Parts: sequence; structure tokens; C-alpha cells
Amino acid sequence: MKHDHYDVIVVGGGHAGVEAAAIAARMGAKVALVTMKLSTIGAMSCNPAIGGLGKGHLVREVDALDGLMGRVADAAGIQFRLLNRRKGPAVQGPRLQADRVIFRDRMQAELRSVNDLDLVEGEVADLIEEGGRITGVILGEGQKLSAHSVILTTGTFLRGVLHFGGETRPGGRMGDNASTRLADRMDSFGLTMGRLKTGTPARLDGKTIDWERLESQPGDEDPVMLSFLNTAPEARQIACGITHTNAQAHDIIRENLSRSAMYSGNISGTGPRYCPSIEDKVVRFADKESHQVFLEPEGLTTDTVYPNGISTSLPVEVQNDFIRSMKGLKQVRIEQPGYAIEYDYVDPRALTRNLELRDVPGLYLAGQINGTTGYEEAAAQGCVAGRAAAAAALGFEAPEFSRSTSYIGVMVDDLITRGVTEPYRMFTSRAEFRLSLRADNADQRLTSQGREIGCVGDERWQAFSEKMERLEAGRIMLSQSKYPVSALIGVGANLNPERPAKTGLEALSLPEVDFSVLAELDPSLQEIDPRVGEQIKREAIYSAYLDRQERDAQTIAKDESRRLPHDLDYGTIPGLSSELRFKLERHRPASVGEAARIEGMTAAGLLLLINTSRRIAA
Amino acid sequence: METIYALATARGRAGVAIIRISGPAAHAAGEAMAGELPRHGRGLRRLRDAQGDLLDEALVLTFDERRSFTGEAVVELHLHGSRAVISAVLDRLGDLPDLRPAEAGEFTRRALENGRLDLSQVEGLADLIDAETEAQRRQAMRTMSGALGQRAEVWKRDLLRAMALLEAVIDFADEDVPVDVTPEVEMLLDRSADAMRREMDGVAAAERIRDGFEVAIIGAPNMGKSTLLNHLAGRDAAIISDVPGTTRDVIEVRMDLRGLPVTLLDTAGLRESVDQVEAIGIGRARERAAAADIRLHLVSPEDFDTALAGPDDLVRVARSDLHDADPRGISGLTGQGVPDLLDELADRLEARSASAGVAIRERHRVALREGLAHIARCRELLPSGGIAHDLAAEELRLAVRALDSLVGRVDVEHILGEIFSSFCIGK
Repeated sequence: MKHDHYDVIVVGGGHAGVEAAAIAARMGAKVALVTMKLSTIGAMSCNPAIGGLGKGHLVREVDALDGLMGRVADAAGIQFRLLNRRKGPAVQGPRLQADRVIFRDRMQAELRSVNDLDLVEGEVADLIEEGGRITGVILGEGQKLSAHSVILTTGTFLRGVLHFGGETRPGGRMGDNASTRLADRMDSFGLTMGRLKTGTPARLDGKTIDWERLESQPGDEDPVMLSFLNTAPEARQIACGITHTNAQAHDIIRENLSRSAMYSGNISGTGPRYCPSIEDKVVRFADKESHQVFLEPEGLTTDTVYPNGISTSLPVEVQNDFIRSMKGLKQVRIEQPGYAIEYDYVDPRALTRNLELRDVPGLYLAGQINGTTGYEEAAAQGCVAGRAAAAAALGFEAPEFSRSTSYIGVMVDDLITRGVTEPYRMFTSRAEFRLSLRADNADQRLTSQGREIGCVGDERWQAFSEKMERLEAGRIMLSQSKYPVSALIGVGANLNPERPAKTGLEALSLPEVDFSVLAELDPSLQEIDPRVGEQIKREAIYSAYLDRQERDAQTIAKDESRRLPHDLDYGTIPGLSSELRFKLERHRPASVGEAARIEGMTAAGLLLLINTSRRIAA
Repeated sequence: METIYALATARGRAGVAIIRISGPAAHAAGEAMAGELPRHGRGLRRLRDAQGDLLDEALVLTFDERRSFTGEAVVELHLHGSRAVISAVLDRLGDLPDLRPAEAGEFTRRALENGRLDLSQVEGLADLIDAETEAQRRQAMRTMSGALGQRAEVWKRDLLRAMALLEAVIDFADEDVPVDVTPEVEMLLDRSADAMRREMDGVAAAERIRDGFEVAIIGAPNMGKSTLLNHLAGRDAAIISDVPGTTRDVIEVRMDLRGLPVTLLDTAGLRESVDQVEAIGIGRARERAAAADIRLHLVSPEDFDTALAGPDDLVRVARSDLHDADPRGISGLTGQGVPDLLDELADRLEARSASAGVAIRERHRVALREGLAHIARCRELLPSGGIAHDLAAEELRLAVRALDSLVGRVDVEHILGEIFSSFCIGK
């Protein structure tokens, strides 16, 4: 059943597309998701893992908004690891390896179960533009679909080119066509475009790997789920193998560098520094004799193995040679060679905080098209664009994501104020409010707000509300209970014995006092669910820093409330240097806070903007 | 955007007076008075009023916005320094469209706003203009040339490297990064903290160089304190009489001692007094003397005892002219012992000012102290291992932010850049 008019049309069925379509539909918008092949919705094109440091935070935030990624990944998870388990909770990142098939099937089933979401197979060849707005799409066969707004999530498909050594061919991903016609249309908007590259390693046949000779990496004993709604894995759990590159492999790579797409000058795009190809690693870190390679099974029903750490664009036979030189891989069969892909992206500084193109109203962009990399980054942007497009169609404005309350806000702000010079990936170090923006409290930061705008369903809201009640009751109990310092010293706390007794909350802020320790000391605390107790402990660790972060967050909020109109004539601001004026005209920050993050901004310049903003508001 | 103008040299009669015009209409204003402006930035021109009558013959300098002090188009008129010429030219400028007189400090403010100077350079400039002595001039020059900013950059480089190391083990925990970065982080923190502490400790001396050292002359009444002050000042700054208790308020005289600014304080003679006003004066004398950098005690020969004096005190036998030129003595009347005294004072003050660095203000000291406190806290958190790395990193971020209040700002991209150039990231 197809409508002739939608509130939101989403183009693309990757991680950004599915979240954008699903969040808009949850909010009550009529949505169509258009993709070239329905069967590839929810495909994981690169490594079969979700989450990680910074990325795990994003997944939790998508989940807090009742998004799909966390739940679907948990269902497909075949190995769970909490990264940085031995570091503070603010920098712990839940990660899992997913069975590709389960992930894809679950994702498709989830989408089919959403009301008012039509899945449409077809290539979007063009956009409909009416009265200065994008109002729909034209499919390859000429069929028109109209909408209040359109979200493009075309990933690497815009003028995508695959490189296998010296060989190149157009394509969005192995086995899929690139979107060239849409790319031509994008050209007509006069946007600043750039070119990025990314790579993927060969896929190996697991049956031909000598697992016996390899070190094995199991998952965690007490797996941590990505979704707040889940408590345990569904799928059977597996271990990964670990091998290493060696001098022989490095020699082979070095001798064939001129045949690598990246080193022969065939690729103009910039690749990420943090996910270098093996060629890059060998050249840039020449003194390192060996690099770790994780052998990650792609699922329970397949033998395909993803060798994490050796993405490459060398010719197929060279890949074969250097891979076979490694321990455990002497006899390995390559199922599919590694390759590099180059694609167009739009300079994200052309976007608003809602990821709508400032100069093309009604057109939103999310995912790799904005210069990011990663499933999680894409999914989070899908939420931003889908939420805003649905709100606009339904006639209200959703509050913006801020740097001080979410990693999503950090990412959007980084993208639209700084742009990108390499594929953008999330790191915890990007978040200056890292101590308060934790993966463990994403629901406490975002779920209420999500409920208000209608994207959080009843089941999650109920679970969240109950959790909040339990947390509150636990906090009250712990703030009223008192423990003599001698008792705390008895359990290992480093305290001055002269000090007065501490409340339970104060005691938990000590590194040596875990909730379980306190509950042993005081059996009445056993009323508190241990998971609630552990959450209160996580909050207590950072209590000393939260006041300051709160103050900083208020400063940011204040700076962001100082709006700067989009059409502000910077030439009329006295005292603004021509260099700053040029930068401001280029970025067109929406607020003083945004302007402050533009590179090269000076304190004096900000002062002028604050005055200008005040004058305009008056 | 308004164009501003003002007399840039001191008011009053002088050989040359300079009027500075800055802003988009500066060149037009120059042309309105001088006709065609010199093509190579300087030339002799006749300045005329609206009727075409000659105002003065002046050296006219022009600067484009890339090369001027304010970062705007600037014209300077070097006039003959007569009050009448100056006021006629200023009047003429006031009649031109789009021009207004500059407010106090406005040229410097524009330089700051246009990024030509940073905040510490502006402070240095203000001090340079106020400098009276050679030591003050040297200190202000160092600050104005951006020396504080350069030092802060060096400390910040160490802190950024330390942050990059910590962030690398946090954000790339599952990659090929060094496992234990603590020794290098500790070395970097200690190195920057030592340098910052030295700089902070020098602020007191630097403030003295800027504001002047105080030397208090104290002693019983009628010991010739005021006579000595007048001798040193070379004028009758204090009233002298044979009546004990003549000096009641604290009298200050500024002098230049080997380039160091020194304020001499003449104080009421110390004694038990029934006179209420004199008693207040004596109280004040004790207070000021206690706060002074050096106290010069004038005593009678029988009271002479260097053991009474603290390390910052000098003792001399007063009125040596009455005591057959006592070798320990000093006399404001004959000048006996004065050169020796000045030498000793100067030696002591020079030793103190040697610790002065380029941080010269309380604001700098506060920023340094805050930065040091965060570094110290980070240092305490490090040995607890990975569990507190996030807190340690937060302390470093706050330390860097404290340094930022001295200079520019830091960017997460800088940290990531440092990480990526140092380690092989990416599995």
C-alpha cells in the first residue's frame, strides 16, 4: 500500500536511513523509505561490529530515543565486550560483534512492523523542487513521490568508485551500483563537495584458517548489552582469533606499494588517520615489526571471517601473498578481496543543527554523505534528521541536541561548525562533558525528552519510569544512611579517622567503596537492586566534577541562547576583522556558542558577536 | 564601521605632535586635508582647512590594514607640536564625515579585536607606555613582544602531549598503543609544573618592578629621616624642623635606582605620644614600614645593633655629621654614607627583581596557580592506574584551560593530531 503523499521520504536503507525512517514513523509521521534493493536494508558493509569507545555512547543514545540499533545488535550479538572495563565508567564503551544475517533480518522485521512506514524499492533519480523547497523524489522509472521533506542517507553511493589495486569500477559497495544521477542533481545546489576514501579488508574462509595455532579472544563473562531494555544475549557466543603481521608480510606490502590504489595516485580522497590501511601502517610506522590482526567470524551460520586491521587496496594476488604469510593463515582462501572506496560527501558546514541543508529547505542529509564514518555515527545522524523532519511535517520544533547533554550533540556541532578533513569518527575525547555524558546514563539524559516529542514508545517509557523510581528511592536511602569512618577504613578506604561519619552517597564516591562492599557493611541496603546500586556508584564517582561541568554546561547553554540570525550582515559589525568576517560568513553560526567553536575565533570577536546578538534581541 | 582619530602624543607644546586616524575613512580623511596621499607610505604634505588655508606642513604616513597597529587603514599626521596647530587639525578632522574622536584606549582595543595583539601583549603595551625606569621598560617590552604567550605555549605543548598520551590509552584501548604511559605523563607534568611555578613565584617581583619597591625610613623622632629623604629626592619634599614629631603623615618620593622604580617613605618618628594626630601618624608609620620591601632604621650610635634588624632591614647611625663621621653613619646634611646606602639598596632590590619573569600581573598569577592546582591533582590521580584516567584527563583539560586564559584556546583536534602522529592507531 503506497501513499501518494508522505510527511518524510528517506532515501537509503543503511544505518542512517533505517533510524531516520523509524524515528519519524514513531513520532506519527507518514514515512517512505526508498532504497535500491530492499534485501540490503540493514546490511553491515564493513566490519561486523557495533559499538566501541565513543560509538557505544552513540548507540546508547539512539537506544534512549527508542531507536533500533541497540536492540537489533543485541539480538545479533555473538561476542560482547565492554571496552575499558578497568577504567572509569565515563570512558567505558560497550561493543559487540554481530551475526550479519541475524542483524539484517531483525532490522528488516523491525521496519516492517512499524506503522505508517512504507518500504519502497527503486532508485531515486531526482528530487522534486517546488517554491524553493524539496517536496519529493522521482524514481528511476519516472514515478513521483511527494513529501513535506526528504532525507538523503546515501552513504558511499554518491559517485562511489571501488579500487582493487590498479583496477577501478564505479559502485556503492561490493555488488551494488553507485548513485550517479542523484550526484548530478546534488551538484546543481552549488554545495561544497569533497571526496573521502575508506577501505575494507579481504574476507576469509574460516574453514581454511588454522584456529588451533592462534591465540583466542573470548567475550566478557558478564556481557553488557547495548540496549537499556536487554539483559542477556540471545545468540550463541563465540570467540575471535588473534594473529599478527610479520616482517615477511611487511616486505611483500612494501615491494608492491606502487600497485596499491592509494599509493599509485589513483585515489584523491582523504582517508581516516585512525583506520589506516595496512599499506599506511607499514609506511608510517616503519619501525613497528608487527601489527595485531583480529579474526572476527561474521556470524553463526557462515564461515566468513573478517580480518580486522588489514584493510587494503593492493591487487588481489598481493593480498593473497601477504595474508598467507601470517601465522594460522598459510592455507587461507580469500572469499572476497579487500578494496578501497572513494565517494563524494557534502561539506557539513552547509547544514543546520537539524542536518537540513540551509540553502535547500526540505532536504536533510544524514550519515556518510556528511563526511562521517561508522554505523553508529550514521544511526545517530539518522535520528537527528528523522526527528527534525517529522517534527517539521507535524508542525512543531524539536529541541536541538546540545554538546553538553549528548554525544549526538557533540557530533552535530563538530560537523556543522568545523566541517571534516577526514572521515569523522566519534571518540570520547571529543566530548568536553565526558564525565557527565556516559553510556550508562544516556537514558537519563534523553528518554524523557524523547517521550515529550513522541519518539519513545510505551514499553520503553514504562521500563524507564520504573528504573528512575528505583534510582530515586536508592539515592534517598543512601543519602540518609550514615557510616562511621572506621567502618569505611575497615573495607579499605583511605580516610582520616578523625573525620565525621559519611552518608552512603559520600561513601560511594570513594574509589575503594563499591556498592556491593557497602551492602555487605549494611544489610538494609540489600533492598536496593544491585544494578541500581551500581548505577548510583557510577554517579557518585563523578559527583565532585559534576558541579563544574554543570556550570560549564550552563555557560554553553547561555552562549547558545544568544542567537545570530542566518542572514546577519557581518560587514555591519564594527571592529570585526576581515578574516573573522570571512569565516563567520562561511559558517553562519546559529548562536554565539557555535561561533566560539569556529577555529581561529578570538575572544574579542566573540565579545562583538555577543553585543550584536544582544542588540538584535532587544 | 566608524573611523576614529586622536592625538597620539602628549598634550602641550613639543617639537612634534602626532595625530592618528584609524578606520575605513582614514585615507579619505587624509586626502581631504593633504590632497593626494604619499604613494610609498610617507611624504611631506601641506595640510589645508575646508577653505584651502594652510594649517601646517606635516609628515604624512599611511598604513594599509595588514601593516597597521590597529589592523585597519591608518593615517598618521606628524605635525609641528604647537597647541594651536594641533587644535586646528583636530577641529578640521571633527568636521569631516564618518569621523569621531577616539575613546581612551580605543586604538589598542581595535588592535586586540583585530587580532594584532593578544591580551597579555595589550597589558605589556599599557605598561610600556607607563614605564618610567629602564627595568620597567625592559619588562614591559618582553611582555608586549608576546613572551608570556610563548612560554605558555611551551607549557601547553607539554600538557597537550600528556593529554594525548592519556587519551590514547582511553580512546584506543583496544589498539596498538603503549600500555603504560604514566612515566612519560609524569615527566611532562613535572616539567611544565616546575616552569610554571618559577614563573608564578616571579610575579611578585615583576609586580614590584611595575609598581615600584618601597623603602621605609624609620626611627625615633629627630633622627634626620626627613633630611635624608629630601637629600635623596634632591628637593624639599618633607618639612624639617627641630621640633620632634614634625612629620606626621607618610611622605612618598619616587626615585629611579639603577633602573628600578623605588618609592621612599618618610615616616613619623616612633615614640609614645600624647598628641592624638601624631599617634595616628605613628600607627600609620609602623603599618607602612611593615609592608615595605626594605626598612632603613636610623638610630643613635648607642642603639646601633644590627642583630635587631631583620633580613630586609638596613641599620645606619643617624646624623653622622654630629658623630665625627661615624663609618656606620649617614647624613642627609653632608651626604656622608649616601652613595654606599644607595648601592646597598640597589644590590638588594636587583637581587629580588632577578626572579621576575614575564608573568607580571595578579591575573597571570591566578591563572598559573589554578593551572598548577589541576596539574597537582592530575599527578595524584595517575598512580591509581587506568581507573582514574578519565578524571586525570579532566584535570589536565582544566589545567590547559587555565593557561588558555593567558593566551589562545585549545582544540580537541590538536590532541587527536598529537595522538595520530605518534601512534599507529587502527586495527
